[in-house]
Amino acid sequence: MKTLHEAGPIPTSAPSDAPVIGPPAIHTQGLGKTFTLHLQGSTRIPVLRDVELAVAPGECVALSGPSGAGKSTLMRCLYGNYAAGEGRILLRHRGQEIDLVTADPRLVREIRRETLGYVSQFLRVIPRVPTLDIVAEPLRARGMPAEEARARAAALLARLNLPASLHSLPPATFSGGEQQRVNLARGFAPHYPVLLLDEPTASLDAANRDVVVALIAEAKAKGAAIIGIFHDAEVRDRVADRLFHVSPMQAAA
Amino acid sequence: MAMQTSHTPAHPHPAGGSAVTPPPVGEGRGGGVAATDAPLLEAQGLTLRYGPITALDDVGIEIFPGEVVAIVGESGSGKSTLLRVLSGLQRPEAGTVTYRAPDGGAADIHRMGEAAMRRLHRTDWGFVHQNPRDGLRMGVSAGGNIGERLMATGARHYGSIRDAATEWLRRVEIDPARIDMLPRQFSGGMQQRLQIARTLVTHPRLVFMDEPTGGLDVSVQARLLDLIRELVADLGLAVLLVTHDIAAARLLAHRLLVMRHGSVVEQGLTDRVLDDPQHEYTQLLVASVLAA
Ligand SMILES: Nc1ncnc2c1ncn2[C@@H]1O[C@H](COP(=O)(O)OP(=O)(O)OP(=O)(O)O)[C@@H](O)[C@H]1O
Ligand SMILES: Nc1ncnc2c1ncn2[C@@H]1O[C@H](COP(=O)(O)OP(=O)(O)OP(=O)(O)O)[C@@H](O)[C@H]1O
Ligand SMILES: [Mg+2]
Ligand SMILES: [Mg+2]
Repeated sequence: MKTLHEAGPIPTSAPSDAPVIGPPAIHTQGLGKTFTLHLQGSTRIPVLRDVELAVAPGECVALSGPSGAGKSTLMRCLYGNYAAGEGRILLRHRGQEIDLVTADPRLVREIRRETLGYVSQFLRVIPRVPTLDIVAEPLRARGMPAEEARARAAALLARLNLPASLHSLPPATFSGGEQQRVNLARGFAPHYPVLLLDEPTASLDAANRDVVVALIAEAKAKGAAIIGIFHDAEVRDRVADRLFHVSPMQAAA
Repeated sequence: MAMQTSHTPAHPHPAGGSAVTPPPVGEGRGGGVAATDAPLLEAQGLTLRYGPITALDDVGIEIFPGEVVAIVGESGSGKSTLLRVLSGLQRPEAGTVTYRAPDGGAADIHRMGEAAMRRLHRTDWGFVHQNPRDGLRMGVSAGGNIGERLMATGARHYGSIRDAATEWLRRVEIDPARIDMLPRQFSGGMQQRLQIARTLVTHPRLVFMDEPTGGLDVSVQARLLDLIRELVADLGLAVLLVTHDIAAARLLAHRLLVMRHGSVVEQGLTDRVLDDPQHEYTQLLVASVLAA
């Protein structure tokens, strides 16, 4: 078994200001994932095998690999959205190390509330809920008073250049880029110790990309461990301390 | 070597970086509960047959304070039967249902007396039926329907009961000016909202809902779901919701149970069950709905 610090591929990019690598905030051991498609003759799609990824507080790791390699699948496993078939996902939560793979649903919810954030590529709109409340909701869930949560949400939305006139509307009719900024505000508002970002800048213009780069830098400075998928090479080079390569597996015959 | 790309996914799974559901709004609002406390309701080994039909086949379930659990599955899979057995309305052939009151005492639902059961349904529990006629008193005014349940829990002061009824009509978006009208003078959607007001006015800890949006047209359904979502979050209710509407389950439920032929075939975190279904039947269920 590899030790944690040897785990993962050799860094392929390491800016000189890379943070000192301490004990990881999240790490996987022998993580594997195979989809079984019961409706298609039980076809098995092996996607991940023996993934050993460790990310320290203050570090940002970018997942790399060709389309279909399993980057999003890995990220969804790390969030508990996909069930890991093998291995462990160890996470520091409330001062303890917890295996997300075996944690019961209520514990996973608690971890998602306090420790683990995820920004998906597209916002899932909740009918009739105003943008401000969507962004404030994770703060409210942690017990922050409504007014304070709304104020923080509004400030973050403003920073992401979302006009105040849109804050009171549900984002259902927003453009792709506007929805993505709502999603980002929601993900960055609570300062999660571990933050997962799937294509956070895909539908953004240059000015908003810069805001996201700054938000990531600030989150790192506050000690967040960040795992991201960035197809935009420029953004990736600006935020990532190293790459973690996800290699495609041969599908089972 | 490249991943085979020729396979067709089992269902129109969201490829690449698509949306993962945010937790239902109101998740843990009010601080949330520690993940270690005891379940509010706990059932084991529930079995019930109707002649050759096994409506429940060794079903176990638990629900914790503040948790919203949805039960989905095909018609005839035993969902309503399970809800009736859990809420003490029907006796199982085998198995136990335990309710843990806030004072810590645990009660065996199917061994408690009629009176204790009625008290539980009046105070700690609520039941929202698919057909509002089963949950409302059709000969009593809207205000009376709400007030009656309050009085059953000991409220006596006429003015404050009427104030509470007015307030609850407003909360469920019924014009308080209609407080003296009879339920049958309301539309189906309004009747259902009235039933919800009547059920929630006493702040139950645990609410059973069987297809609460079942008989309504789609736009009314969406509004009602939204209302339920808000109220459940604000009041921190535990809810056991039976629905055939996967999108509703995704919107409301923290946890999902999938039933088939009287058994629970899969359960887990709602977004995990819907985005990465493991059981063949769950895959079929998810494949048959578009973008839930
Ligand atoms: N829910 C699912 N059910 C079945 N197969 C899935 C599911 N999610 C992903 N896959 C499969 O897993 C493989 C990896 O997909 P994934 O989305 O993780 O790739 P990716 O590396 O993120 O690609 P891209 O760069 O194009 O976003 C693909 O073959 C995909 O079809
Ligand atoms: N009183 C009864 N007498 C005989 N059979 C019954 C009775 N109640 C239910 N059943 C049968 O038990 C099975 C489960 O019924 P149940 O009403 O629990 O299903 P369900 O999952 O709620 O279905 P639906 O989604 O259609 O409401 C069905 O096959 C039904 O026909
Ligand atoms: Mg992807
Ligand atoms: Mg039924």
